Amino acid sequence: MTVNIVSMPAPALTRRQLLKRSLAVSAGLVVGSGFLAGSSGAWAVEVKALTPATMATLVQMARDIYPHDRFEDALYAAALKGHDENAAKDDALKAMLEDGVAALNKSAEAAGNDSYLATGWEIDRLALLKEIESTEFFQTIRGGLVVGLYNQPAVWDKLGYEGSSFEKGGYINRGFSDITWL
Amino acid sequence: MTSPYKLDDDSVIVVIGTGAGGGTLANELAQKGIDVVALEAGGRHLPGDYINDEWASFGQLAWTDMRTTSGSWRVAKDFGNLPAWIVKAVGGSTTHWAGASLRIQDHEFRAKSTYGEIDGASLLDWPITLKDLEPYYDKAEDKMGVTRTNGIPGLPGNNNFKVMKAGADKLGYKNCHTGNMAINSQPRDDRASCQQLGFCFQGCKMGAKWSTAYTEIPLGEATGHLEVREHAHVLKIEHDDQGNVSGVLYADKDGNQQLQKARAVCVAGNSIESPRLLLNSASSMFPDGLGNSSGQVGKNYMRHMTGSVYAVFDKPVNMYRGTTMAGIITDESRHDTSRGFAGGYEMETLALGVPFMAAFLNPGAWGREFTAAMDMYENMAGMWLVGEDMPQESNAVSLSDAKDQHGMPVANVHFDDHPNDLAMRKHAYQQGAAVYDAVGATQTYPTPPYPSTHNLGTNRMSANAADGVVNKFGQSHDIKNLFISDGSQFTTGAAENPTLTIVTLAIRQADYIAQQMNEKAI
Repeated sequence: MTVNIVSMPAPALTRRQLLKRSLAVSAGLVVGSGFLAGSSGAWAVEVKALTPATMATLVQMARDIYPHDRFEDALYAAALKGHDENAAKDDALKAMLEDGVAALNKSAEAAGNDSYLATGWEIDRLALLKEIESTEFFQTIRGGLVVGLYNQPAVWDKLGYEGSSFEKGGYINRGFSDITWL
Repeated sequence: MTSPYKLDDDSVIVVIGTGAGGGTLANELAQKGIDVVALEAGGRHLPGDYINDEWASFGQLAWTDMRTTSGSWRVAKDFGNLPAWIVKAVGGSTTHWAGASLRIQDHEFRAKSTYGEIDGASLLDWPITLKDLEPYYDKAEDKMGVTRTNGIPGLPGNNNFKVMKAGADKLGYKNCHTGNMAINSQPRDDRASCQQLGFCFQGCKMGAKWSTAYTEIPLGEATGHLEVREHAHVLKIEHDDQGNVSGVLYADKDGNQQLQKARAVCVAGNSIESPRLLLNSASSMFPDGLGNSSGQVGKNYMRHMTGSVYAVFDKPVNMYRGTTMAGIITDESRHDTSRGFAGGYEMETLALGVPFMAAFLNPGAWGREFTAAMDMYENMAGMWLVGEDMPQESNAVSLSDAKDQHGMPVANVHFDDHPNDLAMRKHAYQQGAAVYDAVGATQTYPTPPYPSTHNLGTNRMSANAADGVVNKFGQSHDIKNLFISDGSQFTTGAAENPTLTIVTLAIRQADYIAQQMNEKAI
């Protein structure tokens, strides 16, 4: 399963244009009407069923579950896109995701922050996630990420995994035994 | 008669499954001029079709029909409907096996005599010895082109092997090499040599690895005495009034039921499906299932003591490049109770790609400890630990309440680790980590067992009919024209990867079936 990010209309929106169209900006994310974008303007993802604000929270939640500081938000957004697509066909799933995010924001408020996204430190967000670790909502997001995040060729590149080699003649002449430091 | 055969042709031998056991047996019989219909639940995939992408390949090849699990093993928690990672395709699990081809050791055939009584274990000696099997092991190794036999050189070591070897040397292990692999280190039998693709588990696109899909099966078909029916999912084995098996009921590719008559039936559907089939074939004459007067069908399910150790270094390894399992340390495969357990284990190189590493490194885990490991993927080395697990009568394949797409009860796989298994795994984790620590690992990860790839013992071979399901030729103790031809006939698991022995037993069984036919015994 590989999820493709919706590419920005060409030419890509400038940051200024993006901000003009946006409803809210937080944590490096721009939340607009029907879309979520990186505040750099480098990527955007359309949302069909979920609200952009919900998707923004899910992106942060995904990063907190599998934090890779070298991964841009776009990779997490791509990993979550399938939930939005499924939610468009499944009201119960849509409700579970929206309710899950609402509950997460509520517990963030109870902890003295404005929202999950507005909770500044990872350790504080993790405390909120720990509380819901056994819920279907959390496990749906976590379970989906195992394939959704790590099955992206862009993620393989980041982690140094070169994948299929057959079309290049295998690794026999491409470093299968090139280790020198032993 | 030559292939194809009619459904009402009761002169044919029906072989159920086309993997290491069924595929080999079907060809061996066909080479003798015996007419064979092989029923294969999956379709035919050949090297050109194989997909070098872990999840896509899994979708193409894996047996994902419903199964259920129970017991305290972790697989039941993390992969409740996937107790085993095996293949549904012509060639069966020889499509995705790693190629490690080791003979079972002499003392392992005499497990009960060697280990003695062990609480909770249903140990038994095999009714055959290594000496009985040696001539057939010779044939199997030649057939499969096993490296370091028949003058075939070993495979070159990849990076993952080099790390293992350096650690093994520092630790003082004496027996570490690139394995006895059924993977061509040089062209042989019209098959290419290994190009170090790194996707042994996804089907070898070079055809360098032995698989019945493109060796035994086409060789058998070329004789005109083997018909392979694909997408033929067997539902039941039928018998006549005398209690001999008479035919096999299967669902064809369109879901229509067909009955193929048979002179004899050889079951090789892997240790989960084979006992399930015998149990699902219960009748008024055999209310507990076919061949089950001992009550041992489905019992003594073994899956090998397994685990993996992945280690992180301060510099790149790129373990995924090249042959997945061409690296072994055999020093721990001896029986030496000073280590705190009976039996032994092998240490074999293993690499997963990023997608499967994410799924299997520590299923269910999240947070920075997990992602710190994934972030160091490039600098990882890995090994698989595979050893003898204790047979236990309560570890069993039984019929579940759940039904499959044909309305037949699915298999439930129940497994609890024996204390001996746990002690062995603990030792193996320590030794695996020690190998890597010796060459400067900065982290080691004791990774839990994956869904089972070695499924054994559920129709076991026994000298005494009360102790098992089949005799020393894999022939049912109860029904003379019913044979078990896969790893479910293993009396005990031994430490070694089982495929070579499954092939060896199939070659031997083909001789026996031919002899029984000549003698009109069947």
